[in-house]
Amino acid sequence: MMDQKQALLDKIRAYEFAAVELNLFLDTHPGNQRAVNDFNAYAAQIAALKQQYERIYGPLINFGFGSGSKCPWQWINEPWPWDVVNEG
Amino acid sequence: MWLYEKKMEYPVRIKNPDPRMASSVISQYGGPDGELAASLRYLNQRYHMPIPEATALLNDIGTEELAHFEMVGSMVHQLMKDAPADEFKESGLGPWYADHERSTWPAIGTGVPFTAAYFASKGDPIADVTEDMAAEQKARATYENLLDLADDPDVIDPLRWLREREIVHFQRFGELLNKLYEEQDRKKCY
Repeated sequence: MMDQKQALLDKIRAYEFAAVELNLFLDTHPGNQRAVNDFNAYAAQIAALKQQYERIYGPLINFGFGSGSKCPWQWINEPWPWDVVNEG
Repeated sequence: MWLYEKKMEYPVRIKNPDPRMASSVISQYGGPDGELAASLRYLNQRYHMPIPEATALLNDIGTEELAHFEMVGSMVHQLMKDAPADEFKESGLGPWYADHERSTWPAIGTGVPFTAAYFASKGDPIADVTEDMAAEQKARATYENLLDLADDPDVIDPLRWLREREIVHFQRFGELLNKLYEEQDRKKCY
């Protein structure tokens, strides 16, 4: 269970890192069509992966920008990213 | 506005406490070339940029630095969390323990608190982005110093990753500086 959660989170992290890199590159190369295409492809994959993650494990983003919550409110659920035991 | 994503940008999982190492790593939290100074530097400079590429890049790198601030804070937290008070005393960190126990706080290990004097926002885009390039190099050098001091692979791994981000940011700011000079030249020829 925890291994699957970790694996999915690691995958989201990897795709998001690619998107961060492309985002910064595009800030100084806004006319680069290939980088825009790559960014859009990663953005679509990130959205799908996050939806999958949140459906199983609860919200990844606060203030309503992720999926909704079950009751009781899932946002307060541990672990937080700085807790060593299960999470990163 | 900012949103919080409940994950690290890159994992930090330090299993063995080491308050002495924490007192060095904390320089990149609240020190002169640390992540808090970096984030605040860029998020202040972004308001007065003459070209949209500059506004966006400062906004986005300033935001990424907040994620690095969280990573370094997590490193400090994990390095202190399960250490007994005796270990603080033996490492010469009794004074830190007296004031902060095991909590993070933006300062350097000797207790000197964070100050806005660590960064500038001059209002001149070329002066500011030139400062940003130097800041990234100083942060890279600090991470290399920390790598000299570290021996735990759990500490070395995120430090190496953070060091690499400084190099990427330096590259992007270099590209931006060229664009700012082009903009300056363009404005001169009516």
